[in-house]
Amino acid sequence: MQVGIIDWGGGNLGSVVRALRAVGADVVLAATPDALSGCERLVFPGVGAFGDVLGGLRTRGFDRVLLDAVQEARPVLCICVGLQALFEGSDENPDVPGLALLRGRVRRLVAPKVPQIGWNRVERAGGGAGGVIADGHYYFVNSYVAVPADPSVVAGWTDHHGRFASAVAFGSVVTTQFHPEKSGEAGLALLRRWLGR
Amino acid sequence: MLTKRIVPCLDIRDGRTVKGRHFVDLVDAGDPVELAARYDAAGADELVFLDITATIEDRGPLEHVLQRVAERVFIPLTVGGGLRTVDDVERMLRAGADKVSLNTAAVQDPELLTRVAKRFGSQCVVLAVDARRTDPGRWEVVIHGGRTPTGRDALDWIREGVARGAGEILLTSMDRDGTGAGFDLELCATAADAVPVPIIASGGAGTLESIAEVLSAGRADAALAASIFHFERFGVRDVKSFLRARGIEVRP
Repeated sequence: MQVGIIDWGGGNLGSVVRALRAVGADVVLAATPDALSGCERLVFPGVGAFGDVLGGLRTRGFDRVLLDAVQEARPVLCICVGLQALFEGSDENPDVPGLALLRGRVRRLVAPKVPQIGWNRVERAGGGAGGVIADGHYYFVNSYVAVPADPSVVAGWTDHHGRFASAVAFGSVVTTQFHPEKSGEAGLALLRRWLGR
Repeated sequence: MLTKRIVPCLDIRDGRTVKGRHFVDLVDAGDPVELAARYDAAGADELVFLDITATIEDRGPLEHVLQRVAERVFIPLTVGGGLRTVDDVERMLRAGADKVSLNTAAVQDPELLTRVAKRFGSQCVVLAVDARRTDPGRWEVVIHGGRTPTGRDALDWIREGVARGAGEILLTSMDRDGTGAGFDLELCATAADAVPVPIIASGGAGTLESIAEVLSAGRADAALAASIFHFERFGVRDVKSFLRARGIEVRP
C-alpha cells in the first residue's frame, strides 16, 4: 500500500518518511498532486508558520487534493500545523484563510512557556479516531492550538495550562497536534494503527 | 502537563562515542548507534550528540552516525559542536537531526541564530551557553569549550539569544561540569525566570538527588547528563523512577 506524503515545499519531512518506513509503509514523497495519484493514504505534515503552510499548499494545488480526499473518504493523516490548516483561520496569520474543513480557529497557547516543547499526555476522547489515538505521552512542539467549534470532532485532549484538542478526527481524516514520528514507540504504534497494521 | 525530560548526551569523535571527563583521557565507548538505541529503550526523552572531532572540517562520520540513529530511534535528536553556518545546520538536519545546538559560533556572530531560526524555525535552534560564576548572582559566558572567557553576562546573552530566535537554552555550569557536585541551581532558576523558553540544565549531574533538585528548585525543564549514564552509575530508568517517587512527572 502506497502512502503519499504531501511535500508542500517547506519543512523537514525526513523524520516522517523514516518513521512511516520503519512501520512498513511504502512511502512516496510528492511535490505535485499528480505524484499522489497511486497513493491510497495521504500524510500532510506541517512544520512552520500557518501562513507558509497554507501558501505552499495552495501554490502546489494540494488544497484541492485534501478537499477531494475528504469527499472520497480517502484516509488522511495531518500532523501539527497540518491539523491547524484544516480550520477556518489562525491567530498566527489572521489574513490567511484556512481550508475550513472544520469549524473553529487556531489560537495562541496561553502558558508561561510558549512554544510548548516536550512530552505531554494525550487522553483519548470519544472513539479516538476509530482507535488510532491511544492514551499516552507524545512529543509536542507548538505555539498554537486549534479550538474546534464542534467538540465532537476531538479525538484526544491534552493539558498545557488549560485543556486543548491534541487530536481531531472526522470522516477519513485523523489529525494530531503532536508528532507521532518523534514520539518513540507510542508514536510508531499510532502510525501502525493508522495504517491498519 | 509537560513532563520533565531526561536527556543523555553522547560525545562523538570520528563517528565513535567517547567517554571522558573534561575532554581528557578519552576512552572509546563504542558505536553511538547502539548506545542511542539503548538509551531510547531505557526511556530517554531526547538525545544530544556533541561532536568533539578535532578536525571540524570533516563531518562525514558524524552525518553517517546521525543517519543511522535516525533510522532506528524516533525521539528528538539534537546535534552540536562546531556548527558555524546555515549550511552546516542544513546538513545536520538533512542527516536526521531535529535540532542543532549553537554555542561559540553564535557568540561570535549572533546573527547566526536569527538566520537559522528564520530558515528552519525556532523549534530547531538550541542555544548552548557555557556559564561561569564570576560574582554572587553573576555568570559570564565562556566559549571554545570553556577555554575562553568573553566578559559577556550570561543572562544578558540568554535573553538576546531568545529574542533572536533560540527555541531552547542548553545551559551548562562550567563550575560544576564534570564534577558530579550537583547543578548550579541558582544559575538555572535565574535563567528559567528570565526567558519564556525551556531550559535544559547541564553540568554537575552526579546523584539522583541533584537531578531531582534541578528539575524542581532549579526550575529546569530538562536535565542533560553524560558521565552518569556513560559510566553506568545510573540508568535512565533509575533516574525516572527516582523522579516519579519524588512527585516529578516524567514520561513512563
